[in-house]
Parts: sequence; structure tokens; C-alpha cells
Amino acid sequence: MTTQMFGAPIRRKEDPRLVTGGGRYLDDLGNDALAAAFVRSPHAHARVVDIDASGAVDVEGVVAIYTHEDLPGAVGEPLPLLIPHPTLTHGRTGYALAKDEVNHVGEPVVMVVATDRYVAEDACQRIRVTYEQLPVVVGIEKARDGEALVHDDVPGNVAAHMTQEVGDVEAAMARAPHHLTLDLDIERSACTPMEGKGVYARWDAERDELRMYSSTQTSTGVRAAVAAKLGLPLQKVECIAPDVGGGFGVKIMHPWPEEVLVPWAARLIGQPVKWVEDRREHFISSAHERGQLQRVTVGFDDDGRVLALDVKFWHDNGAYTPYGIIVPIITSTQLLGPYKPGAYRCEFWSLYTNTVLVTPYRGAGRPQGCFAMERTMDSIADTLGLDRAEVRARNFILPEEMPYDHGLLFQDGRPLKYDSGDFPASLAKLKALVGWDDFAAYRAAAEAEGRKVGLGIGCYVEGTGVGPYEGGHIQIETSGRVNVSTGLTSQGQGHETVFAQIVAEELGVRLEDVHVTTGDTRRMPYAVGTFASRAAVMSGNAIALAARNVRAKALRIAADALEVSPDDLEIVDGTVRVKGAPTTSISLGTVSVLSNPLRYAFDEAARAATQFAGTFDPDKPPVADDDEPGLEGKDFYSPTQATFANGMHAAIVETDPVTAEIRILRYCVIHDCGTMINPMIVEGQVHGGVAQGVGGALYERMAYDESGQLLNASFMDFLMPYASEVPTVEADHLETPSPLNPLGIKGAGEAGCIPVSAVIASAIEDAEGFPITRMPISPSELWDLRRRHAGGEVPSLHRALHRALHRAPHRAPHPGLGRPTSPATPATTPRDGSTTTAAVTKETPA
Amino acid sequence: MTRIHVTVDGVAYSDEVEPRTLLVHYLRQSLGKTGTVVGCDTSNCGACTVHLDGVSVKSCNVLAVQADGHEVTTIEGLAEDGQLHPVQQAFHECHALQCGYCTPGMIMQACDVLKDNPDPTEAEIREGLEGNLCRCTGYHNIVKAVQQAAGQMRSASSGSGETADATEAAEVSA
Repeated sequence: MTTQMFGAPIRRKEDPRLVTGGGRYLDDLGNDALAAAFVRSPHAHARVVDIDASGAVDVEGVVAIYTHEDLPGAVGEPLPLLIPHPTLTHGRTGYALAKDEVNHVGEPVVMVVATDRYVAEDACQRIRVTYEQLPVVVGIEKARDGEALVHDDVPGNVAAHMTQEVGDVEAAMARAPHHLTLDLDIERSACTPMEGKGVYARWDAERDELRMYSSTQTSTGVRAAVAAKLGLPLQKVECIAPDVGGGFGVKIMHPWPEEVLVPWAARLIGQPVKWVEDRREHFISSAHERGQLQRVTVGFDDDGRVLALDVKFWHDNGAYTPYGIIVPIITSTQLLGPYKPGAYRCEFWSLYTNTVLVTPYRGAGRPQGCFAMERTMDSIADTLGLDRAEVRARNFILPEEMPYDHGLLFQDGRPLKYDSGDFPASLAKLKALVGWDDFAAYRAAAEAEGRKVGLGIGCYVEGTGVGPYEGGHIQIETSGRVNVSTGLTSQGQGHETVFAQIVAEELGVRLEDVHVTTGDTRRMPYAVGTFASRAAVMSGNAIALAARNVRAKALRIAADALEVSPDDLEIVDGTVRVKGAPTTSISLGTVSVLSNPLRYAFDEAARAATQFAGTFDPDKPPVADDDEPGLEGKDFYSPTQATFANGMHAAIVETDPVTAEIRILRYCVIHDCGTMINPMIVEGQVHGGVAQGVGGALYERMAYDESGQLLNASFMDFLMPYASEVPTVEADHLETPSPLNPLGIKGAGEAGCIPVSAVIASAIEDAEGFPITRMPISPSELWDLRRRHAGGEVPSLHRALHRALHRAPHRAPHPGLGRPTSPATPATTPRDGSTTTAAVTKETPA
Repeated sequence: MTRIHVTVDGVAYSDEVEPRTLLVHYLRQSLGKTGTVVGCDTSNCGACTVHLDGVSVKSCNVLAVQADGHEVTTIEGLAEDGQLHPVQQAFHECHALQCGYCTPGMIMQACDVLKDNPDPTEAEIREGLEGNLCRCTGYHNIVKAVQQAAGQMRSASSGSGETADATEAAEVSA
């Protein structure tokens, strides 16, 4: 190899087409297709009494109008419950078009197909649906009280109730000298990729075949689901994910109603049909995540070591549970982060509400779990008067304890067993990067200028690369072109580049000769999908294994041709050559020719493989019994468990003493995803994750009113951050290889967003001197907390009281701040050794 | 239907359009210029940004009939003679795109920012791009790319003619 490929910040192969407008996203395809549009429920909970489409049928250009009554067989049956679980005792899924009842605003009721989208929407406007409204359940408290029910046959709105316990929590809690209870609250947000969902289907009546395109994170999943729904042999359905404009989780859910209806209609009508989600549809009919209420009870010793951790949380799963309870399971297991509590119990309830359904959004339950754990760590430190980083360090799992088995079952049904990680080293790097030990001086200087600043920290561990498997297929053409395919899909992760880097490195070929295809069931029918930070781990390793197979075959054929031992050969820039004698060589293209004995010479290269072209052993068949023609190889990677990446973030925030505006002055990241294939791409993933985390911490929420209307269902009102809101990210890396896979890699996709709410809460709390227990937080909410803190409703942090006592008495509070003259008495005092009550109270919504 | 005459990426077109047709739909569906994409419908995300007579506009917020008699430049018309525009090149070099969906609009807006202010500060770049959403990159590398492009365009226009493209391109294909 002349150039190191693996591990280098190679610029992306995807870019040339994407910076010139040459991308091909879903809506860029099928300009000749009919357009679908939907009448969606304007009510959160109602019975569908009547649908009158008579005003729409005469609209010029309308081709078809469908309601649930029109849907035959499986198409009209409930959508599949994709991930069943024994504790999901009351799983419910919706219909492709509502049957009798709607359970959230945005649920599809009528489908219109017309010559274009303008006409289809004209027709939708003319369809009259009569509803009988039912009691609405919005918010976890209302779901939990169970007075009104989302589904009549689901008592208490409880979809699932699950408990996992390791050790004897009751006993350990009783023995612990200190206790705290925290009530915490995390609001909903959503993936909101820049490109919404979309489906385009063509039915080939002559061949009875369906080809569909979907802006999906799993083309194999969509293919199988659609084949099942439409009653078609799998062979007769192909699904392709074209360029996808972001996913972040929402596009792993499948089949969406439209993914069933569009192909069904295309087949029925006999013309191509396309549906492209608009932004409002994405807000009210795709998926959200995050919403949880949590109660954490912790018992700890004088040094801040956690002896018992007892967590209860209530998870808002929205109207249906098609993706099972993956999100709360991840919260309950990944909550532990880099720590080893003496005993741990987690009990959760997954609750129905009349809101958009909840499926994984980047982080997938981890941001909530991290928030619970990190708020707890900060509270322990504050209670004992200890440094917050030091308390974390005292609870770390140490490198020599790896692999570390928590004794819990992870989201893949396999043991939660960390494979590697060096948490003390990560913390040391983070403290150095952010200037942890110098912050007191920085704060003092800022305070002297009348400014309020705070330092926050958050640590996480992320299980990545869950199974069951992915595959890689590599074929070298006679031109030397290397075709690589894997079945999972791409939404901006740079797979065309990083998988090419792996192949270039493993095979010894030039990067520009490698061409990667993802998410096309014609090329790789066996695949799972892109989610859970799994693509690099799963497909990366599968492709590496496939490349090793191809390399072995190439060396074997070349060794025969060159009459040397395979051990004496190397492959450099696509040429197999004898080590130390590089002029004795044969190109991989020629090896490809030799690998495929031919009868017909269709070009110059092929001539060399024909029957009269050269010498061969007449006693052997042209293709050996244990061989196959062609220079290609395939392999699958299927690990026994996930591999666990980790990271630690710190931020310095400034809060305006008057307006309570929150500004992030610095944001620092230490990230360890094992061996990096392309550090430039890993950093990009981290930057983007942090930005989504900042959105979730300070700006984004789903503003449902009591009747279940989403009041901010547009980018006008949902405050997704612009360049003006997201801070510069200072990132550094640690590379602790995974011992579990050939490449030593761990996933990186979700990492950036996981601890951000915890970190920002930690920093704001540090700046303000009172607990932050509810995220996201807006300036007006912070302002209100200040008011309540001044009124004694919200207690002070211990360290804030301590600082106040040691502060020079001549400095008056900033005008307008409303600082209390006598701070509230703390509920606990440091190191008193007795059982104490909570230092943290629950705020009611502002 | 109304007839409009519009020049798009240097080519003159004359078409019948419905008065309600948005410029972005005219570009995409009538002209096949799918490089300009739609992200929000409410003029908040900027994915559909094009230049109308040299000034950036959100083409989901302009009617096709309003472009009658005007000149439109899309992302597809930005490169000249097969050479990427310095902003396009910088986006590639700085890894300023991931899924690429916001990229056409982001690049067109960045060009507009640099036309008004060839030497912007980081804060001015961030402010200038406020109106274009990206969900993938966290803007970090987008800001870097615009800074880099600004430097290249200034040195090109000042006659030093220094182009980092060749060395970077070599690195890409290494």
C-alpha cells in the first residue's frame, strides 16, 4: 500500500454529486408518477362516523380515493408489531388507514391519488369526515392516572411494565448512610431530518413485480413487510433506498402506512405512485421520542460511592407501539453509563397517550437515562461537598475490570457486558480540555464582571453495533473495478467512503476503484438496517471479512498464474506482485478474467479466459468442485453481543442575570468509539450529535395542548437550532479498540447527542445555584425558576450556599436578579451520616 | 395557465404554468432541476435556496410567475466549465455535508453571504446562514468551509491565483 486508507481522514466519495445538486433523493425520482396525499385526523381521539368523498371525486385529475373499507386482506389489518417483548402485554398498532377510530392528530384516514400533489391536496380539502370526539390523554401524568383510556382494552394505559434488578436493592439501600431522591422530567423532541419520509412504487404488470423506493433506514425490512402485506413472493418485490436526506431513527420504523399504501395503489391503478411527506405531516404523523418522567432513589457512602440505585420511570410511547419497548429498555440499561452501582433496580411503565407514536430517535432512550444518572451524580457530589468529577471517578468501572457484566439484559436480548473502555483516561482528557481545575478562578473573574457562568459534565456509555448481522459482497470486474455491496442503508454517514476505505486497505486497491452500494435489495437481500450506531461495526466488519475472502482467492489464482506461492505475493494498488520482485505481477482485473473460464471472448480481456487461450490441466474441470467462477466473495458478521463506546462531555454556559438567556460558551467532547476508520467522519458525527443534543436541551419540544393538538408542527414554531445557536465543538478522541470484532471498531452515530441535556443542566445548575431537574429549559423557564428560588420554593445547591458564605459581603446582587436574602435551608447537610430527604424537588411545568 | 419566460442556469425557458405553482416546483418538475430540494414548506429551512437575479431567495416562497423575466441560478448552475465553485469545493474539503439534503441551499446562501461580505467573521457567517437549517453537521464544518472559501475567493480575486484545489483533489483520490 502506498497510502494508508484505514484510519485516514479521507474526503468523501459522496460529495461530488451532493455539492452539485446531483443527489437523487426520493422526490427526485419518478417525475411521471401519480401523487398521493392524505386526509389526516384533526382530532387526537375520536370515532370516525362518516367519510363523504362526493365533493372530491369530480376534481379534475383525481384518480382514486381510498378509505379503510377499500383495503383488502392484510392491507386492511393492523400494521405489524415489529419487536414483540414478553412484558409488552398490551401492544397496539394502527391501521394503514384509520378503521373506526383515530388515536392521534395526523393519523391517516383517507388516501387520494391524483395527477399531481396540488390536485391531490385540492381533493383532500373537499373530503368531509365526521368524527365523534373521545376523551383525550395527553402527557404522562394523565396517562398514568388512567382516568381516560387511549385504547379501551388497555387498562391504565399501560402497554408494558418491566423490572430488572441486580443485587438486593432494598438491603443495600437500607445499609447506605446517605440517600437522595430526584424527580426528573424530559420533554419530547423528534428526529426531524431535513428530508421527510417518501415512497415511490412502480408495478410491472408484465412481470408481476414491484419495485419500490423508500426514504428508509431499512430497505430489506420494508421489502419483507410490503411483500407480506401485499401477499407477494419476496422475489417479486425489490426495495431501494436512494439518497436519504437524514434519518436519525424515524426511518427505521417500518412499514409506515404510506409504505404499504403507495405500492398497493400503484399495483391496483397500474401506474407509478409517489408520496412525499411534507413538513407538517412529518411532525404529526411520523414519530417523536424522549418524553419520560423519572424518580431516582440512590443510596451512597461518605465517599460518594453508589451503593444502591433504584429507578422508576414512566415512558410516553404515544398512540401505538409498533417498535415495541426498545426505547425504555435502552433507558433502563444504558442509564448506568460508566458506573457500577452496588445494586440496581429499574422499573418502568410504558404508557399510551393520544399523541404521535414514539420510536427511537438518535440516542434512543440513552439521553434520558444519562440525564437520570448524571443528575444523580451531581446531586451526590453537591450533598457531600465533593468535586463532581471526583464523584464520577470513584464510581467508574476501571479498565482492569473489563469486560464488565452488569447482569442485565440489553435491547438485543443479550447480556449488558461492556467490552472495553478507559473511563479514567477519558475523564483526565476531558478535565484537561475544558480546564476543569481552573474553573473556580474563571468563575471568580466572571463574577467580578457581574456575569454568571457554570461548568457542567456528563458521561455516557453507548451499546453500539447490535446484531443480528450484516453482510458484505465484493466483486472485482475484469476492468479492476471493485463493486462492494451491503444491505443496510445510508443517510449521510459516508458509507460509500468508509466502506471503500476498508476494502482499499484489506484488498490493496485504489480508493477510486471501489464503488459501494447500500440499501438495494437487488444487490444484498440479507440485511437488517442502519440504527443503533451499528453500520460501521456490522457492515464494516462484514465487508472486511468478505474482502479477506476475495483477497485469498485472488492470491490463489495469481499464485497459479505466476507459479509462485501465495505467501510470496502482495497486492498493491490493484496489482498482485511478488514481494521483492514487483515486476513479476498480474493485475486484479486479469485475475478476475482468469477466475471466470469463458467460452466467448467479448472483449480483449475476456480473450485470455477462453478455452483455447492458454495452458490448462485437462484432468481438472474449468471450475474446481469447491470453487465458484468470478473474483468475488461474500461474508456476514454476526456478533454475540453489542460493543460499547463511551464519551464524556463538559460545557461552560453563561446565563444572563436579567433575561435568563442561556449561552454555551464552550462545549468539549472526549469520544471513544474504538479504532476509527475515518476520524473526519467520526468528528462530523459527533458535531451533529451535539447539535441535536443542544436542540433537545435548550430549544426543541413538542408543544401539545390538552386536546392533543401539536401547536408547533412547523419549523416556524419548532425551534430547531440554526448556525447561530450551536456552539463550536472542541473534540478529542481516545481509541480503545473493541476486542469483539476484527476491525476493533465501535459505533459512533448516536454518541454526540446522548449526554447534552445532562451536561447543559449540570452547567446551568452550577451557574444558578439551584437544581435543574427538567429539560429542555428555555430562558422563560429559567427566569421562573429564579423567581421561585428567590421565593424559597426551590432550594439552593449546597455549594451555592457555601460559595455565598465565602463571598465578599460588599458585593450586592445584580439588580433584577431577585436573589433571596436568606437562602432556603438545605434538606441535607454534607457528611452528616444520617438518612436525609431529597435535596431536589420536582418543578411543575412553567 | 400563464406563460413565463425565465432563464435558469444560463438557459432560456418559456413555459405555461399555473399561477399557484411555486418556483421550486417549476424548477423541479417542469425543468427537471431536482438539485434544488424542499425541506419545510414554510420558508424556514432554506433547503430550496436559489439566486434570483443574483440574490438568494427561498424558492418555496416564490411563485414561478414572479420569476417571469428574471434569471435564476440553482446549485446545478454554480460550477463553471466542470470546475466546482470555491464554496462547493470547500464544502467537500471541510466535510461540511453529511446527508447532503440542506447542502444545495446552504451553498447558495453561503455564496450570497460572501458576495455581500467577502471577509466575514465567524459570527457574521453564522448570522448569514441563519435561515438555513442543517440537521447533520452541527454547522461546525459548514462555518469552516465558508471561511475557507472566503479566503480562496479573496486570494483568487486579488490576483494571487492560489488554488488549493489541486493538492486537495490529489489527496481525495490518493
